[in-house]
Amino acid sequence: MAWTWLHRFGSPPHFYRLAARLAPWFGWPALLLIAAGLFWGLVIAPPDALQSDAFRIIYVHVPCAWLSLLSYTAMAVAAGVGLIWRIKVAHAVAAAIAPTGMMFTAVALVTGMLWGEPTWGTWWAWDPRLVFELVLLFFFLGYAALRSAIDDLDRADRASALLAVVGVVNVPLVHYSVVFWHSLHQGSTVLRAGGPAMPASMLWPLLLAALGVTCYFVAVTLLRARGEVLRRERSGAWLAQVAGN
Amino acid sequence: MNAPLQVGAFAAARSVLVRDLLLAFRRPGEWTQPLAFFVIVVLLFPLALDPEPALLRTLAPAALWVGLLLASMLALDFLFREDGRDGTLEQFALSGQPFSVLLLAKTVTHWLLTGLPLAIVGPLVALAFGAPAAAIPGVLAALLLGSVGLSLVGAIGAGLTLGLRRGGALLSLLLLPLLIPTLIFGARATQLAMLGESAAVPLYLLGALAVLALTLAPLAAAAAVRISLE
Repeated sequence: MAWTWLHRFGSPPHFYRLAARLAPWFGWPALLLIAAGLFWGLVIAPPDALQSDAFRIIYVHVPCAWLSLLSYTAMAVAAGVGLIWRIKVAHAVAAAIAPTGMMFTAVALVTGMLWGEPTWGTWWAWDPRLVFELVLLFFFLGYAALRSAIDDLDRADRASALLAVVGVVNVPLVHYSVVFWHSLHQGSTVLRAGGPAMPASMLWPLLLAALGVTCYFVAVTLLRARGEVLRRERSGAWLAQVAGN
Repeated sequence: MNAPLQVGAFAAARSVLVRDLLLAFRRPGEWTQPLAFFVIVVLLFPLALDPEPALLRTLAPAALWVGLLLASMLALDFLFREDGRDGTLEQFALSGQPFSVLLLAKTVTHWLLTGLPLAIVGPLVALAFGAPAAAIPGVLAALLLGSVGLSLVGAIGAGLTLGLRRGGALLSLLLLPLLIPTLIFGARATQLAMLGESAAVPLYLLGALAVLALTLAPLAAAAAVRISLE
């Protein structure tokens, strides 16, 4: 049938080879795009009228913040596919995304703090987006903690996958409730809804950096998932064949 | 072929409920502990502060809801533990009855034994924090709706951590981020009720969360327990 090509992605040997072939196609563009975006953003782009050079951290902060949410969603989708169709490779991909996503979340939080200190005059503000990002970090931590608490790999895969799926249903609720919660505090004087539009000379490097970080995410996920497959299939006969070549 | 003994899902759920209530009354420690824990945790707040009436009134919603969440974590640890250990849950899974309905019956019993007492004691504790008597219906409604959501979502976490070492601490790490919406709307409703204002908006939202949890959480909890039993 027309769908047979799809099933091949579930086969560990096929995925193992495909991931190795695809990873450089994302890794090298990631390096080039991030380098170009950072050079443009940090050196060429004009300083901000109000924040002077402090704003330049957005070229690291914003891509990481976007990718933190994207990686949680991707992890939940991979986990859901693994849970529903019992595809081991999908579980390996979900497990491979978790550390990268946690890193993006942590980097987004830390760079946000570094930017907040000179701009807002405080390292931490109880702003909905900050709190939401922190809760996202705890979702990742819970996922990792559940995985590490279960010895049996199959049970760890399926239990953590269920948690990721439940979490992704909860993400919009948490987002909405945190915005609701914020509405009972006095409106922030620093962060305004809408915010100033960004001139193209600042926006383009941001988009380049974001695309580069996305490519990095895909490349790292492929390599990590390859490692996961290797670890899981260490007794597989096909591996001996691959190693023999 | 002999007709098997026909027992409807509702009758099966009712017998689970009766059995669990009976067991709980023979072992009162399990469900009185979270209640005592709740009261002591909440009453530690005034002791850690100046017992100024204005300060305590401001603090009351936060103390009540953090206390409720922590006491629920303690209580949820007991939800499936005994039945998981002695194989009752496996019998449930093999019984041919819808697993999620049986587990929902267990969760409802658990709520009757822990959530309901906590929700009833909560307004009394709020009075100790200086809440006016007129605030009692609002506070009670918030705690009732909130604790329903806590028990239902909590069942998922209890299922996932069933039979694990260090299950208790892990349960809190998994569940507390999921319960942030309940905490926010619940504390907001309590605060509004104590100020004598209308708490309708957060109460509706709490109710919506409870209904959402009632529709989805039993399925997720059944899947979680099945994963842990295999």
